[in-house]
Amino acid sequence: MTLEWPCPSPDRCGATEYAFGYRTGRAACVLIVPALFEEMNRTRRMLVETIRALDTHGIDAMLPDLPGCNESLADFSAQSLDSWRVAMARAAAHFGTTHVLALRGGALVAPDLPGWALEPAKGAGLLRQLLRARTIAAREAGREERLEDLLALGRSEGLELAGYRCGAALIAGLEAGLPAPHLAPMTLSEIGGAALWLRSEPGEDAAQSAALAARLAAEIGA
Amino acid sequence: MTVTGNDDAIDGTLRRVLGDVLGLSPAHTATITPDTGLFGTLPELDSMAVAGLLTEIEDRLNIVIDDDEVDGELLENYGNLLAFVTAKRVAG
Repeated sequence: MTLEWPCPSPDRCGATEYAFGYRTGRAACVLIVPALFEEMNRTRRMLVETIRALDTHGIDAMLPDLPGCNESLADFSAQSLDSWRVAMARAAAHFGTTHVLALRGGALVAPDLPGWALEPAKGAGLLRQLLRARTIAAREAGREERLEDLLALGRSEGLELAGYRCGAALIAGLEAGLPAPHLAPMTLSEIGGAALWLRSEPGEDAAQSAALAARLAAEIGA
Repeated sequence: MTVTGNDDAIDGTLRRVLGDVLGLSPAHTATITPDTGLFGTLPELDSMAVAGLLTEIEDRLNIVIDDDEVDGELLENYGNLLAFVTAKRVAG
């Protein structure tokens, strides 16, 4: 089900954001922090299936929208890793979550709860991939764009990357961003299945989501 | 995953990355030949997918691909990509 949570932000005073999941008052509730940028879209099915599988283990889970992403009406270009970190902490407090599961770049903005980071990504790696996509697209269109020039522009004025209008604060945050150290890293080889965040067309793998949920349930002890 | 400089191991890793990006089964990736076209042939390989592909190849094979080296020829077909990556591994 889709639930609302209050997320006041500088650009949308008193606004609410959406979250998908189950909050039925059970003892354990996992806040799921999605991957960033295109990887978020590619893994939405994976995370929604994981939430459904956690439900069968008697565990609540919530997947909030990052402001500016998915159903959010907030301005993407006003976001930064800090604004997303604050938003996820608000969602955690609102839903009373007990644990956190962060996927890939989600580990950069995860709140201070015990939990896990599945294949955590460094901000610099995500930024490099976005910049590379832009230079490849430019080259295809017969233009040469240099990575260093783009980065300098991004640091001072912000930059459109793969359709995302990234503000200067987001670029700076990505350059320095590291996965939250309090989360236990988890590799995909422990869960099984393919890296769906790489998939050019979004896919899903019910067995993978079931295995991930079973692993979390075992660790939580539910 | 540790990969040796062995050409077969590089070929296997490269096929797995392509399989992950394109959503292909191992049986399907086994049918890829040096002449199999990539960027410009496969519509699902857009600039974002290629960027992900190259970054994942770097991570799994522990190499660095300079942006100057990424051109149409490199990604024209599987054989070109494999030859490039193999040379990188040997040089590294």
